[in-house]
Amino acid sequence: MTIETSSKTYVARSPRVAARMLGQEMLVMSGTDSTLFTLNPTATILWQAADGATPLHEIVERRICADFDVKPEEAMRDARALTEDLAQHGILLTSEQPLATASPAKEPTRP
Amino acid sequence: MSSLMMEMGERAQTLGVPFTAHLDLTYRCNEKCVHCYLDHDDHGEMTTVEIKHLLKEMADAGVFILTFSGGEIFLRKDLFEILEYARELTFCIKLKTNAVLIREVQAARLRELAVDSIQVSIYSHRPEVHDAITKLPGSLKRSVNAIRFLKSQGLKVVMANVLMTENMQDYEGVQNLARELGADFTLDPTVSPMMDGDRSTVALNAGDAVLRKLFRDQGLVGNVEEFCSPPVATDEGVLDSLPCSAGHTACYVSPYGEFYPCVQFPLSCGNVRQQRFIDIWRDSPQLKEVRAIRLRDLSSCSKCAHGGSCTRCPGLAFLEGNMRGPSTADCEKSFARTGVPSVNLQNKMLAKEEKSFPERLVQIQLVPAIAGSRLSGMATASAL
Repeated sequence: MTIETSSKTYVARSPRVAARMLGQEMLVMSGTDSTLFTLNPTATILWQAADGATPLHEIVERRICADFDVKPEEAMRDARALTEDLAQHGILLTSEQPLATASPAKEPTRP
Repeated sequence: MSSLMMEMGERAQTLGVPFTAHLDLTYRCNEKCVHCYLDHDDHGEMTTVEIKHLLKEMADAGVFILTFSGGEIFLRKDLFEILEYARELTFCIKLKTNAVLIREVQAARLRELAVDSIQVSIYSHRPEVHDAITKLPGSLKRSVNAIRFLKSQGLKVVMANVLMTENMQDYEGVQNLARELGADFTLDPTVSPMMDGDRSTVALNAGDAVLRKLFRDQGLVGNVEEFCSPPVATDEGVLDSLPCSAGHTACYVSPYGEFYPCVQFPLSCGNVRQQRFIDIWRDSPQLKEVRAIRLRDLSSCSKCAHGGSCTRCPGLAFLEGNMRGPSTADCEKSFARTGVPSVNLQNKMLAKEEKSFPERLVQIQLVPAIAGSRLSGMATASAL
């Protein structure tokens, strides 16, 4: 499955992952197959900003270009590649519409 | 364990982060297993509010992998409320349960919560053996049904088989059952003493012949020749190594808030009802003492040929009376594996021999002084 993004794509953290900061890196484990990922500081910023309500281009402009010495088009290209990669593994959700970030605690079924 | 996970464990060690934690939610249990190390009475479990507060402190301290166990966790009526909150805090959650109370609806909820794995205790594939150990009639059938419900939800299930005198012939049957159910299988040949120090359960350990058989089972250990090869000389690097992760990147909290280095290492380091989790983790004198111990500090293990390859458990050593001493259960495993007795076992054998033959007294006598002799004035020992 190929996932394509644009600058207007909305991104959200999957509620099915486990995640924790360890030093300067974010450790993320897929809830689907327990694959473990480490995100570098830039990827961590993108991950933390992926609230489902902010489009990718805004995250890049406000959170990455503002803090790193990088050209906007280059940052956007890297952010899209990263987003597509993380979405392929099910740890980021993408949509052309804003996403509700469902917490597992908010899901309806109860025993 | 994946290499990345090992790398993260090492990084946590460097950073001083409690990367994994084990939280027992209750000691109450619906099974009364013959080998259990717990007192099942409720002496004042933490409330839901207290547990949520602790979870927040654990997340802030950096705990990533969180194991909920007991007792039987499904006896807590607030279990799913606790799990939901733990998932909100993005822990990687592992559960240990007998699964007797898991039906379709509970399995579906665990799937929704993206629980990483569920370990279920299975002692035998034969109901008469399993149920005699758990003292709960029908328990094998209920646990196996639960595993089917969990697997039908796509969840990872590990069948844990504790081996003891009662079920020592059955591990292959349990392994086959795990294969049939699509579950992973893990085997533990060690029955621990009770947490209060009572060692009566240790008599249930399966013994040397069973250990030898296990350690030569390719399906369990992989390359038998390599696994059972004689120990190599312990080098300086090994002498400076850490005995295990307990207290270094791992910790345990009891249902009453007691903080230990590990579930099997009941050295009280504080109580999360009185102190913040992170304060105990950073400042407990007991934890600092545990962290200072290296292989070279261990009285007999530092001199033992098995030093570099032994599975020595510091908690079991502590329960034997000295956390710097040997863990005899692990010495027995090293012996069964390689045929080479550990220093501790040699000492025990010697002591036993002396006890068996009290007439073989070691007599110290003075050799008559001989001018110029290097023996002059020295004592020699002779076994009579």
